[in-house]
Amino acid sequence: MIEIENIKKSFGNNEVLKNISYNFQRGKTNLIIGESGSGKTTLLRILIGLHKIDSGKILYDGRDFTKLQIKDKRKLRQEIGVLFQRGALYDFMNVEENIMFPLTMFTNKSAEEKLFRVNDCLKRVNLENCNKLLISELSGGMIKRVSIARAIVMNPKYLLCDEPNSGLDPKTAIIIDNLIKEITIESNITTIVNTHDMNSVMEIGQNIAYINNGLISWSGNKEELLESDNEQLNNFVFASELFKRLKKI
Amino acid sequence: MKYILLHIGQYFIMIRKVFSLPEKNKIFFKQFNLELEKTGLNSIGIVTIISFFIGAVVSIQTAFNFESPIYPKYLIGYATRESLILEFCPTMIALILAGKVGSNIASEIGSMRVTEQIDALEIMGVNSASFLILPKIIATVLFFPILIILSISIGLLGGWLGCQTTGITTADFLYGIKYEFNSFYVTYCLVKITVFAFIISSVSSYFGYYTKGGALDVGRSSTKAVVYSSIIVLIFNFLLTDLLLA
Repeated sequence: MIEIENIKKSFGNNEVLKNISYNFQRGKTNLIIGESGSGKTTLLRILIGLHKIDSGKILYDGRDFTKLQIKDKRKLRQEIGVLFQRGALYDFMNVEENIMFPLTMFTNKSAEEKLFRVNDCLKRVNLENCNKLLISELSGGMIKRVSIARAIVMNPKYLLCDEPNSGLDPKTAIIIDNLIKEITIESNITTIVNTHDMNSVMEIGQNIAYINNGLISWSGNKEELLESDNEQLNNFVFASELFKRLKKI
Repeated sequence: MKYILLHIGQYFIMIRKVFSLPEKNKIFFKQFNLELEKTGLNSIGIVTIISFFIGAVVSIQTAFNFESPIYPKYLIGYATRESLILEFCPTMIALILAGKVGSNIASEIGSMRVTEQIDALEIMGVNSASFLILPKIIATVLFFPILIILSISIGLLGGWLGCQTTGITTADFLYGIKYEFNSFYVTYCLVKITVFAFIISSVSSYFGYYTKGGALDVGRSSTKAVVYSSIIVLIFNFLLTDLLLA
């Protein structure tokens, strides 16, 4: 479980996160939704330590990330798998080398063991026999799947995904969403997905937090989301014609 | 002034991060070998061509200026050698390499920054500065002196060929390049290029590492890397010459 307590973050005079507290539950896909510029990417970057907070606590199963020494922070980071919006795959490595990289860097596994684990992860994301492909040869959906494989190769306890299906067609987006959900349940990990795609919300939203103007103004599950009377949330969720019709039904 | 101090401070913070022990020696040597090829071996072609023509032009120009019969012919070989070892090879080649290698380093690291590859390394718990920059610095510091030795040799060959067009005999030229040879000049040349190699690789890495934005900003970082590393090379050229030769 990841808990955040009274988190504040400003960039200059711009207060992006205003005293946010929330629990991201283990074994569930926790979604952070909100409009562009609402502060959800900042929150995710804070959780993975790419931004420092002004005040508050970030607890990874009770361990306060903000108070850890650099060495312990690095150790904890090895328990976190991150899926970036654009994949962030190393373009000087092929698919196999990308997925194997954390294993080579942080474990003393033999070459055979590492290859076995890589193939296992590739199988999990339905990309068998793609080991030697270069990153430039991959499609958008394949890049996301390789990124997921790299994120799970170390058996992380926490999986953080920043807009995992941005730039993907609806069919591939659903495949990626379901893959994240399946991995979360299978491995009983804490997954946080940052998204503004309402299809994703409906597909995998088990625990949803809506950020608006630097505050969590609503939280609940996908069923509750459809029935909420929060005006700002409704304006965001039912912005598209499709969802307006869905609301009427 | 505040802007300059900010950059200097940030540069030294980065350098402190760079010079930490590599997490895995095996990975470091793999990266180091790649960098040797990218920054060193791939520069041999351009260094050879430039050195050859610089050598040829220097000897022709020297011959043109020493036309008077009171000057012995071997002075052309002597002047060519001194010009190449003292200034043309270390400084000019360093400026060329600042353009070629420096822009390559800055754009490579810069594009890794804007595509979140550096963030991905940091999140995994990898010291990204050490992983990406240390192999580049060590590869350039070790390989640039070799490039300069090659450059001097090719430059002298070019000088000899240039002499053939001016009527100077091979014997005169060879006598000139051996005349009053001071081996300290070679040491001075190698010290200079080692310092320049460090400046080019570290300054270019700095501009790449702190790139913010998108593709346009990568281009800007690359240009800044070339401009600033060239200026710093010229400043250190003056300082080292003053320290070692004055």
